[in-house]
Amino acid sequence: MKIRRQNQTVFFKNEPKIIGHYSIVGPKEGKGNLRKYFSEINKDDDLFGQKTYEKAERVMIERALDGAIKDSNLKYDDIRLVMAGDLLNQIISSSYAARSFDIPYVGVFGACSTMVEALALSACLVDGGHFDTIACATSSHFSTAERQFRFPLELGNQRPPTSQWTVTGAGSDIVSIKGSGPKILCATFGKVTDYGINDVNNMGAAMAPAAMNTLVTHFKDTNTSPKDYDLILTGDLGKLGSEILIDLMEDKGYKLGLNYKDCGQIIFKRNQDVLMGGSGCGCSATVFNSIIMKKLLSGEYKKVLFMATGALLSTTSSQQGDTVPGIAHAVVVEGVKNE
Amino acid sequence: MQEQERNKRYNAYVEAKIAKTHAWPSLFNSFWVGGLICTLGQLINDLILLWFPSVSTQSAWTYTLIILIFLASLLTGIGVFDKIGAFAGTGTIVPITGFSNSIASPALEFKNEGIIFGMCAKMFIIAGPVIVSGTVASMIVGLIYLFL
Repeated sequence: MKIRRQNQTVFFKNEPKIIGHYSIVGPKEGKGNLRKYFSEINKDDDLFGQKTYEKAERVMIERALDGAIKDSNLKYDDIRLVMAGDLLNQIISSSYAARSFDIPYVGVFGACSTMVEALALSACLVDGGHFDTIACATSSHFSTAERQFRFPLELGNQRPPTSQWTVTGAGSDIVSIKGSGPKILCATFGKVTDYGINDVNNMGAAMAPAAMNTLVTHFKDTNTSPKDYDLILTGDLGKLGSEILIDLMEDKGYKLGLNYKDCGQIIFKRNQDVLMGGSGCGCSATVFNSIIMKKLLSGEYKKVLFMATGALLSTTSSQQGDTVPGIAHAVVVEGVKNE
Repeated sequence: MQEQERNKRYNAYVEAKIAKTHAWPSLFNSFWVGGLICTLGQLINDLILLWFPSVSTQSAWTYTLIILIFLASLLTGIGVFDKIGAFAGTGTIVPITGFSNSIASPALEFKNEGIIFGMCAKMFIIAGPVIVSGTVASMIVGLIYLFL
Protein backbone atom coordinates (compact mmCIF):
# COMPACT_ATOMS: atom_id res chain seq x y z
CA MET A 1 0.00 0.00 0.00
CA LYS A 2 1.43 3.30 -1.04
CA ILE A 3 0.35 6.43 0.77
CA ARG A 4 -0.38 9.27 -1.61
CA ARG A 5 1.62 12.30 -0.66
CA GLN A 6 2.16 15.61 -2.33
CA ASN A 7 4.80 18.01 -1.08
CA GLN A 8 3.57 18.83 2.42
CA THR A 9 0.14 17.23 2.21
CA VAL A 10 -0.73 13.67 3.21
CA PHE A 11 -3.92 12.17 1.77
CA PHE A 12 -5.75 9.49 3.75
CA LYS A 13 -7.36 6.65 1.86
CA ASN A 14 -8.62 4.50 4.71
CA GLU A 15 -10.96 7.20 5.98
CA PRO A 16 -9.89 8.01 9.54
CA LYS A 17 -12.92 9.48 11.31
CA ILE A 18 -13.58 11.66 14.32
CA ILE A 19 -15.94 9.43 16.25
CA GLY A 20 -16.11 11.35 19.50
CA HIS A 21 -15.49 14.89 20.69
CA TYR A 22 -15.74 16.97 23.85
CA SER A 23 -15.12 20.57 24.86
CA ILE A 24 -14.88 22.08 28.32
CA VAL A 25 -14.50 25.80 29.08
CA GLY A 26 -14.25 28.22 31.97
CA PRO A 27 -16.67 30.95 33.10
CA LYS A 28 -15.64 33.72 30.68
CA GLU A 29 -15.86 31.48 27.59
CA GLY A 30 -19.18 30.21 28.95
CA LYS A 31 -20.55 33.73 28.60
CA GLY A 32 -19.26 34.13 25.04
CA ASN A 33 -20.80 33.57 21.65
CA LEU A 34 -20.60 29.78 21.70
CA ARG A 35 -22.09 29.12 25.15
CA LYS A 36 -24.87 26.98 23.64
CA TYR A 37 -22.43 24.64 21.92
CA PHE A 38 -19.81 23.63 24.51
CA SER A 39 -20.13 20.16 26.04
CA GLU A 40 -19.39 21.46 29.52
CA ILE A 41 -19.12 24.92 31.04
CA ASN A 42 -17.72 25.53 34.48
CA LYS A 43 -19.83 28.57 35.22
CA ASP A 44 -18.32 29.99 38.39
CA ASP A 45 -14.97 28.39 39.12
CA ASP A 46 -11.94 28.73 36.88
CA LEU A 47 -9.97 26.72 39.47
CA PHE A 48 -12.19 23.67 38.81
CA GLY A 49 -12.11 22.89 42.53
CA GLN A 50 -8.29 22.72 42.58
CA LYS A 51 -5.68 24.59 44.59
CA THR A 52 -3.68 25.95 41.65
CA TYR A 53 -4.53 26.94 38.09
CA GLU A 54 -1.98 24.43 36.76
CA LYS A 55 -3.89 21.64 38.49
CA ALA A 56 -7.14 23.07 37.12
CA GLU A 57 -5.78 22.81 33.57
CA ARG A 58 -4.99 19.13 34.12
CA VAL A 59 -8.51 18.52 35.34
CA MET A 60 -9.83 20.12 32.15
CA ILE A 61 -7.79 17.75 29.94
CA GLU A 62 -8.86 14.75 32.02
CA ARG A 63 -12.51 15.69 31.72
CA ALA A 64 -12.18 16.41 28.00
CA LEU A 65 -10.57 13.01 27.35
CA ASP A 66 -13.15 11.29 29.53
CA GLY A 67 -16.00 13.08 27.78
CA ALA A 68 -14.72 12.34 24.28
CA ILE A 69 -14.23 8.65 25.06
CA LYS A 70 -17.79 8.51 26.44
CA ASP A 71 -19.07 10.40 23.40
CA SER A 72 -17.54 7.80 21.10
CA ASN A 73 -19.27 4.99 23.07
CA LEU A 74 -15.93 3.26 23.56
CA LYS A 75 -14.26 1.88 26.66
CA TYR A 76 -10.84 2.97 27.92
CA ASP A 77 -9.39 -0.33 26.72
CA ASP A 78 -10.38 0.50 23.15
CA ILE A 79 -8.16 3.59 23.07
CA ARG A 80 -4.70 2.60 21.90
CA LEU A 81 -2.94 5.91 22.37
CA VAL A 82 -3.43 9.33 23.96
CA MET A 83 -1.82 12.21 22.09
CA ALA A 84 -1.90 15.53 23.88
CA GLY A 85 -0.09 18.82 24.30
CA ASP A 86 -0.45 22.26 25.86
CA LEU A 87 1.38 25.53 26.40
CA LEU A 88 3.02 25.09 29.76
CA ASN A 89 6.73 24.32 30.11
CA GLN A 90 7.44 20.62 29.45
CA ILE A 91 3.72 20.23 28.58
CA ILE A 92 2.94 19.33 32.17
CA SER A 93 -0.83 19.66 31.84
CA SER A 94 -1.04 16.91 29.23
CA SER A 95 1.51 14.57 30.76
CA TYR A 96 0.08 14.87 34.26
CA ALA A 97 -3.44 14.36 32.92
CA ALA A 98 -2.27 11.27 31.01
CA ARG A 99 -0.96 9.91 34.32
CA SER A 100 -4.51 9.13 35.37
CA PHE A 101 -5.24 7.08 32.25
CA ASP A 102 -3.96 3.56 31.81
CA ILE A 103 -3.25 4.19 28.11
CA PRO A 104 0.05 4.74 26.24
CA TYR A 105 0.77 8.44 25.84
CA VAL A 106 2.60 10.64 23.37
CA GLY A 107 3.13 14.32 24.14
CA VAL A 108 3.12 16.75 21.24
CA PHE A 109 3.91 20.45 21.13
CA GLY A 110 3.00 22.95 18.46
CA ALA A 111 2.03 25.85 20.72
CA CYS A 112 -1.50 26.95 19.78
CA SER A 113 -1.48 24.67 16.70
CA THR A 114 -1.38 21.56 18.89
CA MET A 115 -5.00 20.53 18.28
CA VAL A 116 -4.52 20.25 14.52
CA GLU A 117 -1.04 18.80 14.93
CA ALA A 118 -2.47 16.02 17.10
CA LEU A 119 -5.40 15.44 14.74
CA ALA A 120 -3.11 15.24 11.70
CA LEU A 121 -0.61 12.90 13.38
CA SER A 122 -3.40 10.72 14.75
CA ALA A 123 -4.97 10.51 11.31
CA CYS A 124 -1.61 9.45 9.84
CA LEU A 125 -1.09 6.74 12.47
CA VAL A 126 -4.66 5.50 12.17
CA ASP A 127 -4.67 5.60 8.37
CA GLY A 128 -1.37 3.75 8.23
CA GLY A 129 -2.91 0.95 10.25
CA HIS A 130 -0.61 1.32 13.24
CA PHE A 131 -3.32 2.17 15.73
CA ASP A 132 -7.06 1.81 15.32
CA THR A 133 -8.19 4.43 17.82
CA ILE A 134 -6.34 7.46 19.18
CA ALA A 135 -7.56 10.12 21.60
CA CYS A 136 -6.13 13.62 21.08
CA ALA A 137 -6.50 16.51 23.48
CA THR A 138 -5.13 19.97 24.17
CA SER A 139 -5.83 22.69 26.68
CA SER A 140 -4.91 26.17 27.77
CA HIS A 141 -5.78 28.25 30.80
CA PHE A 142 -5.76 32.02 30.97
CA SER A 143 -4.20 32.17 34.42
CA THR A 144 -1.43 29.62 33.78
CA ALA A 145 -0.49 31.27 30.48
CA GLU A 146 -0.42 34.72 32.07
CA ARG A 147 1.85 33.45 34.85
CA GLN A 148 4.24 31.76 32.42
CA PHE A 149 4.36 34.29 29.61
CA ARG A 150 3.25 37.62 31.05
CA PHE A 151 2.62 39.28 34.39
CA PRO A 152 1.04 38.25 37.70
CA LEU A 153 -2.75 38.25 37.52
CA GLU A 154 -3.28 40.98 40.12
CA LEU A 155 -0.75 43.42 38.64
CA GLY A 156 -2.53 46.65 37.74
CA ASN A 157 -1.16 47.01 34.22
CA GLN A 158 -2.84 47.82 30.92
CA ARG A 159 -2.89 45.22 28.14
CA PRO A 160 -1.41 46.33 24.82
CA PRO A 161 -4.13 46.84 22.16
CA THR A 162 -2.73 44.05 19.93
CA SER A 163 -2.77 41.43 22.69
CA GLN A 164 -5.15 38.48 22.86
CA TRP A 165 -6.93 36.68 25.67
CA THR A 166 -5.87 33.07 26.36
CA VAL A 167 -8.89 30.80 26.33
CA THR A 168 -9.54 28.70 29.42
CA GLY A 169 -10.65 25.42 27.98
CA ALA A 170 -9.78 22.00 26.67
CA GLY A 171 -10.95 19.97 23.73
CA SER A 172 -10.60 16.33 22.82
CA ASP A 173 -11.24 14.18 19.75
CA ILE A 174 -11.28 10.44 19.21
CA VAL A 175 -9.79 9.52 15.83
CA SER A 176 -10.57 6.01 14.67
CA ILE A 177 -10.69 3.77 11.65
CA LYS A 178 -13.91 2.18 12.96
CA GLY A 179 -17.24 3.80 13.75
CA SER A 180 -18.85 6.76 12.07
CA GLY A 181 -18.29 10.50 12.07
CA PRO A 182 -16.71 13.30 10.06
CA LYS A 183 -13.82 11.97 7.96
CA ILE A 184 -10.35 13.48 7.92
CA LEU A 185 -9.45 13.65 4.21
CA CYS A 186 -5.94 15.06 4.24
CA ALA A 187 -3.45 16.96 6.36
CA THR A 188 -0.95 19.63 5.43
CA PHE A 189 2.07 19.98 7.70
CA GLY A 190 3.46 23.49 7.81
CA LYS A 191 6.96 24.92 7.87
CA VAL A 192 8.29 27.16 10.61
CA THR A 193 7.94 30.66 9.22
CA ASP A 194 9.50 33.79 10.68
CA TYR A 195 8.93 37.24 9.24
CA GLY A 196 10.89 38.98 11.97
CA ILE A 197 8.15 40.10 14.36
CA ASN A 198 9.53 40.42 17.87
CA ASP A 199 6.56 41.93 19.64
CA VAL A 200 5.33 39.15 21.95
CA ASN A 201 2.08 41.02 22.35
CA ASN A 202 1.31 40.74 18.66
CA MET A 203 0.99 37.01 18.06
CA GLY A 204 -1.48 37.47 15.22
CA ALA A 205 1.09 39.27 13.09
CA ALA A 206 3.80 36.75 14.02
CA MET A 207 1.67 33.75 13.01
CA ALA A 208 -0.09 35.11 9.92
CA PRO A 209 2.86 34.43 7.52
CA ALA A 210 2.98 30.78 8.67
CA ALA A 211 -0.76 30.53 8.09
CA MET A 212 -0.37 32.00 4.60
CA ASN A 213 2.48 29.62 3.81
CA THR A 214 0.56 26.50 4.85
CA LEU A 215 -2.66 27.66 3.21
CA VAL A 216 -1.02 28.40 -0.15
CA THR A 217 0.84 25.06 -0.04
CA HIS A 218 -2.41 23.30 0.82
CA PHE A 219 -4.32 24.83 -2.08
CA LYS A 220 -1.49 23.95 -4.48
CA ASP A 221 -1.06 20.40 -3.15
CA THR A 222 -4.76 19.60 -3.24
CA ASN A 223 -5.48 21.59 -6.37
CA THR A 224 -8.30 23.46 -4.64
CA SER A 225 -9.19 27.08 -4.03
CA PRO A 226 -10.84 28.84 -1.07
CA LYS A 227 -14.33 28.51 -2.54
CA ASP A 228 -14.12 24.70 -2.51
CA TYR A 229 -14.60 24.77 1.26
CA ASP A 230 -17.72 25.53 3.27
CA LEU A 231 -15.50 26.91 5.95
CA ILE A 232 -11.85 27.83 6.29
CA LEU A 233 -11.14 28.08 9.98
CA THR A 234 -7.92 29.41 11.50
CA GLY A 235 -7.00 28.83 15.12
CA ASP A 236 -6.19 32.01 16.96
CA LEU A 237 -4.93 34.69 14.61
CA GLY A 238 -7.31 37.16 16.22
CA LYS A 239 -8.68 40.26 14.56
CA LEU A 240 -5.40 41.76 13.40
CA GLY A 241 -3.85 38.43 12.38
CA SER A 242 -6.88 37.46 10.27
CA GLU A 243 -6.85 40.79 8.50
CA ILE A 244 -3.16 40.33 7.77
CA LEU A 245 -3.78 36.78 6.51
CA ILE A 246 -6.49 38.02 4.14
CA ASP A 247 -4.04 40.64 2.79
CA LEU A 248 -1.17 38.15 2.46
CA MET A 249 -3.41 35.64 0.67
CA GLU A 250 -4.63 38.29 -1.70
CA ASP A 251 -1.01 39.01 -2.50
CA LYS A 252 -0.60 35.36 -3.49
CA GLY A 253 -3.72 35.44 -5.63
CA TYR A 254 -6.20 33.77 -3.29
CA LYS A 255 -9.28 35.56 -2.06
CA LEU A 256 -10.59 34.56 1.36
CA GLY A 257 -14.27 35.41 1.42
CA LEU A 258 -17.16 35.02 3.81
CA ASN A 259 -16.32 31.35 4.36
CA TYR A 260 -13.18 32.36 6.24
CA LYS A 261 -13.45 32.53 10.04
CA ASP A 262 -11.06 32.65 12.97
CA CYS A 263 -11.72 30.78 16.23
CA GLY A 264 -10.18 33.61 18.25
CA GLN A 265 -12.65 36.06 16.82
CA ILE A 266 -15.81 34.01 17.28
CA ILE A 267 -15.34 32.56 20.76
CA PHE A 268 -15.79 35.78 22.74
CA LYS A 269 -18.30 38.57 22.47
CA ARG A 270 -17.06 41.99 21.52
CA ASN A 271 -17.90 43.49 24.90
CA GLN A 272 -15.86 40.91 26.83
CA ASP A 273 -12.74 43.08 26.78
CA VAL A 274 -10.51 40.60 24.96
CA LEU A 275 -8.96 43.11 22.52
CA MET A 276 -7.91 41.13 19.40
CA GLY A 277 -9.80 37.98 20.50
CA GLY A 278 -9.07 34.59 21.99
CA SER A 279 -5.83 32.61 21.76
CA GLY A 280 -4.17 29.51 23.15
CA CYS A 281 -4.40 25.80 22.40
CA GLY A 282 -7.83 25.71 23.99
CA CYS A 283 -9.16 28.33 21.58
CA SER A 284 -9.12 26.23 18.41
CA ALA A 285 -9.73 23.02 20.39
CA THR A 286 -12.93 24.21 22.04
CA VAL A 287 -14.33 26.03 19.00
CA PHE A 288 -13.72 23.05 16.72
CA ASN A 289 -15.13 20.57 19.23
CA SER A 290 -18.28 22.55 19.83
CA ILE A 291 -19.98 24.45 17.03
CA ILE A 292 -17.87 23.13 14.13
CA MET A 293 -18.21 19.46 15.05
CA LYS A 294 -21.96 19.89 15.61
CA LYS A 295 -22.34 21.38 12.13
CA LEU A 296 -20.11 18.71 10.58
CA LEU A 297 -22.22 16.01 12.22
CA SER A 298 -25.48 17.58 11.10
CA GLY A 299 -24.17 17.89 7.56
CA GLU A 300 -24.46 21.67 7.50
CA TYR A 301 -20.75 21.86 6.71
CA LYS A 302 -19.63 19.45 4.02
CA LYS A 303 -15.95 20.33 3.84
CA VAL A 304 -14.04 22.28 6.44
CA LEU A 305 -10.40 23.32 6.24
CA PHE A 306 -9.25 23.57 9.82
CA MET A 307 -5.87 25.20 10.29
CA ALA A 308 -4.43 26.13 13.68
CA THR A 309 -1.46 28.43 14.05
CA GLY A 310 1.13 28.48 16.80
CA ALA A 311 3.82 30.89 17.95
CA LEU A 312 6.89 28.84 18.79
CA LEU A 313 8.50 31.12 21.33
CA SER A 314 9.54 30.71 24.92
CA THR A 315 10.01 33.36 27.58
CA THR A 316 13.77 32.85 27.33
CA SER A 317 13.90 33.40 23.56
CA SER A 318 11.77 36.52 23.76
CA GLN A 319 13.74 37.98 26.67
CA GLN A 320 16.92 37.45 24.65
CA GLY A 321 15.39 39.54 21.91
CA ASP A 322 14.70 36.75 19.42
CA THR A 323 11.89 37.05 16.90
CA VAL A 324 8.70 34.99 17.11
CA PRO A 325 8.55 32.08 14.64
CA GLY A 326 5.15 30.78 13.66
CA ILE A 327 3.79 27.45 12.48
CA ALA A 328 0.50 26.29 10.98
CA HIS A 329 -0.88 22.84 10.31
CA ALA A 330 -4.11 22.11 8.46
CA VAL A 331 -6.55 19.24 8.16
CA VAL A 332 -9.56 18.88 5.88
CA VAL A 333 -12.60 17.38 7.58
CA GLU A 334 -15.59 16.16 5.61
CA GLY A 335 -19.04 16.47 7.16
CA VAL A 336 -21.39 13.55 7.61
CA LYS A 337 -23.57 13.06 4.55
CA ASN A 338 -27.26 12.84 5.19
CA GLU A 339 -28.98 10.62 2.67
CA MET B 1 19.58 39.60 2.44
CA GLN B 2 16.32 39.12 0.58
CA GLU B 3 14.78 37.74 3.74
CA GLN B 4 15.83 40.78 5.75
CA GLU B 5 14.25 43.02 3.14
CA ARG B 6 11.02 40.99 3.28
CA ASN B 7 10.93 41.07 7.09
CA LYS B 8 11.54 44.80 7.12
CA ARG B 9 8.69 45.35 4.71
CA TYR B 10 6.41 43.04 6.68
CA ASN B 11 7.18 44.80 9.96
CA ALA B 12 6.46 48.18 8.40
CA TYR B 13 3.19 46.83 6.99
CA VAL B 14 2.14 45.43 10.39
CA GLU B 15 3.08 48.66 12.11
CA ALA B 16 0.80 50.57 9.74
CA LYS B 17 -1.97 48.01 10.18
CA ILE B 18 -2.18 48.28 13.97
CA ALA B 19 -5.08 50.48 14.94
CA LYS B 20 -3.74 53.63 16.52
CA THR B 21 -4.72 54.11 20.13
CA HIS B 22 -5.86 57.48 21.32
CA ALA B 23 -3.58 58.82 24.01
CA TRP B 24 -5.88 61.50 25.41
CA PRO B 25 -8.68 59.37 26.95
CA SER B 26 -6.19 57.15 28.79
CA LEU B 27 -4.09 60.14 29.81
CA PHE B 28 -7.24 61.77 31.17
CA ASN B 29 -8.07 58.70 33.28
CA SER B 30 -4.47 58.47 34.49
CA PHE B 31 -4.54 62.13 35.43
CA TRP B 32 -7.70 62.17 37.50
CA VAL B 33 -7.17 58.81 39.23
CA GLY B 34 -3.55 59.69 39.96
CA GLY B 35 -4.66 63.08 41.26
CA LEU B 36 -7.30 61.43 43.42
CA ILE B 37 -4.71 59.11 44.99
CA CYS B 38 -2.43 62.09 45.74
CA THR B 39 -5.36 64.01 47.25
CA LEU B 40 -6.18 60.99 49.39
CA GLY B 41 -2.55 60.93 50.54
CA GLN B 42 -2.70 64.60 51.45
CA LEU B 43 -5.97 64.01 53.33
CA ILE B 44 -4.44 61.16 55.34
CA ASN B 45 -1.41 63.35 56.10
CA ASP B 46 -3.56 66.27 57.27
CA LEU B 47 -5.77 64.03 59.40
CA ILE B 48 -2.75 62.49 61.12
CA LEU B 49 -1.44 65.96 61.95
CA LEU B 50 -4.90 67.04 63.11
CA TRP B 51 -5.65 64.03 65.32
CA PHE B 52 -2.15 63.43 66.65
CA PRO B 53 -0.59 66.89 67.11
CA SER B 54 2.50 65.38 68.77
CA VAL B 55 3.54 63.65 65.50
CA SER B 56 6.22 65.54 63.56
CA THR B 57 5.61 66.44 59.90
CA GLN B 58 8.40 64.09 58.83
CA SER B 59 6.82 61.12 60.65
CA ALA B 60 3.36 62.00 59.34
CA TRP B 61 4.69 61.59 55.78
CA THR B 62 6.07 58.18 56.65
CA TYR B 63 2.76 57.10 58.19
CA THR B 64 0.88 58.34 55.13
CA LEU B 65 3.09 56.24 52.84
CA ILE B 66 2.62 53.18 55.05
CA ILE B 67 -1.15 53.62 54.94
CA LEU B 68 -1.18 54.02 51.14
CA ILE B 69 1.05 50.96 50.71
CA PHE B 70 -1.26 49.00 52.99
CA LEU B 71 -4.38 50.09 51.09
CA ALA B 72 -2.89 49.18 47.70
CA SER B 73 -1.78 45.75 48.96
CA LEU B 74 -5.19 45.15 50.47
CA LEU B 75 -6.92 46.06 47.20
CA THR B 76 -4.48 43.80 45.34
CA GLY B 77 -5.26 40.95 47.70
CA ILE B 78 -9.00 41.21 47.26
CA GLY B 79 -8.60 41.41 43.48
CA VAL B 80 -9.70 45.00 42.89
CA PHE B 81 -6.44 46.79 42.17
CA ASP B 82 -5.80 45.16 38.77
CA LYS B 83 -9.15 46.50 37.55
CA ILE B 84 -8.39 50.03 38.75
CA GLY B 85 -4.91 49.73 37.19
CA ALA B 86 -6.28 48.56 33.84
CA PHE B 87 -8.53 51.63 33.82
CA ALA B 88 -6.11 54.24 35.12
CA GLY B 89 -2.73 52.99 33.85
CA THR B 90 0.05 55.33 34.96
CA GLY B 91 -2.35 57.02 37.38
CA THR B 92 -1.98 54.10 39.78
CA ILE B 93 1.56 53.07 38.81
CA VAL B 94 3.39 56.34 39.48
CA PRO B 95 2.23 56.91 43.10
CA ILE B 96 3.57 54.49 45.74
CA THR B 97 0.41 52.39 45.23
CA GLY B 98 1.89 50.99 42.01
CA PHE B 99 5.06 49.92 43.81
CA SER B 100 3.02 48.21 46.49
CA ASN B 101 0.93 46.40 43.87
CA SER B 102 4.02 45.30 41.95
CA ILE B 103 5.32 43.57 45.10
CA ALA B 104 2.03 42.17 46.36
CA SER B 105 0.83 40.72 43.05
CA PRO B 106 3.81 38.41 42.36
CA ALA B 107 3.83 37.44 46.05
CA LEU B 108 0.25 36.21 45.62
CA GLU B 109 0.96 34.60 42.27
CA PHE B 110 3.99 32.59 43.35
CA LYS B 111 2.80 31.71 46.85
CA ASN B 112 2.02 28.18 45.67
CA GLU B 113 5.66 27.58 44.75
CA GLY B 114 6.61 27.71 48.43
CA ILE B 115 7.32 30.50 50.91
CA ILE B 116 11.09 30.85 50.35
CA PHE B 117 11.78 30.20 46.66
CA GLY B 118 8.24 31.01 45.60
CA MET B 119 6.88 34.02 47.43
CA CYS B 120 10.01 35.58 48.94
CA ALA B 121 12.23 35.11 45.88
CA LYS B 122 9.75 36.08 43.20
CA MET B 123 8.18 38.97 45.09
CA PHE B 124 10.65 41.30 43.39
CA ILE B 125 10.41 40.18 39.76
CA ILE B 126 8.69 43.42 38.81
CA ALA B 127 9.79 45.83 41.53
CA GLY B 128 13.38 44.54 41.53
CA PRO B 129 14.63 46.83 38.73
CA VAL B 130 13.06 49.82 40.50
CA ILE B 131 14.85 48.99 43.74
CA VAL B 132 18.17 48.44 41.93
CA SER B 133 17.99 51.68 39.95
CA GLY B 134 16.92 53.56 43.10
CA THR B 135 19.89 52.23 45.01
CA VAL B 136 22.35 52.94 42.17
CA ALA B 137 20.98 56.46 41.76
CA SER B 138 21.38 57.20 45.47
CA MET B 139 24.96 55.88 45.34
CA ILE B 140 25.78 58.22 42.46
CA VAL B 141 24.20 61.16 44.28
CA GLY B 142 26.14 60.18 47.41
CA LEU B 143 29.41 60.19 45.46
CA ILE B 144 28.65 63.60 43.99
CA TYR B 145 27.99 64.98 47.49
CA LEU B 146 31.24 63.45 48.73
CA PHE B 147 33.33 65.33 46.18
CA LEU B 148 31.44 68.61 46.19
